[in-house]
Amino acid sequence: MSVNYGSHRTVVGAHYGMRDWLSQRVTAVTIALFTLILLAQIIFSKGPISYELWSGIFAAQWMKTLTFVVIVSMLYHVWVGMRNVFMDYVKPYAVRFVMHVFAILWLIGCSGWAIQVLWRL
Amino acid sequence: MSDTATSTAKSRPEFRNIEFSNLRTLRWPLASLVSGMHRVSGAIMFFLMPFIIWMFDTSISSEISFAKFKAAFDVGMLGLPGFIWKLVVLGLIWAYLHHFIAGLRHLWMDTHHEQVSKEFGKQTGAVVMVLVLSLTVILGAKLFGLY
Repeated sequence: MSVNYGSHRTVVGAHYGMRDWLSQRVTAVTIALFTLILLAQIIFSKGPISYELWSGIFAAQWMKTLTFVVIVSMLYHVWVGMRNVFMDYVKPYAVRFVMHVFAILWLIGCSGWAIQVLWRL
Repeated sequence: MSDTATSTAKSRPEFRNIEFSNLRTLRWPLASLVSGMHRVSGAIMFFLMPFIIWMFDTSISSEISFAKFKAAFDVGMLGLPGFIWKLVVLGLIWAYLHHFIAGLRHLWMDTHHEQVSKEFGKQTGAVVMVLVLSLTVILGAKLFGLY
């Protein structure tokens, strides 16, 4: 038997809690900063929000790149969050498994669509 | 002493992981309400994600799609009147605000151990609720063209 105590202890359950916990917080801060940056560009603009103004915000290369980073961050953030929710409330393993698979496919599909919209601007 | 221990041991309630059916009967003090709503708001945005991306798509792709985007909220879409779609957006506004502000509170509680107390939970929970609901009202009024 290998050593299974102290720093070598095999933690039961999902056993990657720290990585997900930290990623969720880092991605949260990324999304929050993006929100403030986007809001600032709208608030400090003049006149009504026209198509030119709105699409102009995302036309800038730095904003496009930042938005891409945020879409990928959101993909991971939402995965961790929904997985937590499913793990906490859905007890039958088969149902939980199906929901996890659904969440992954749903999120990959949504990210693909969002990136497609962003990329053709 | 040992008598009390053995007599209470039999009637001691067992707490297991909570399930959906428990959510109704639980007590919801303010701090737990803010936390619970954080999950609810996250789940709402998860399930409405295609609608959010649809809004991003139509609002930004072209002048024509931008007009289509506006029309959905003015005259309606898919047989539903515009105000129904505005109500959906209002729900999303609330969800984003709550998730954002309650999330900041959670981040703060992660970094400051002494802030994880009953009083702090209640006070900051109240601040979150007031901020979120008043901002939702202000933005909702703008959404429905009240000013």
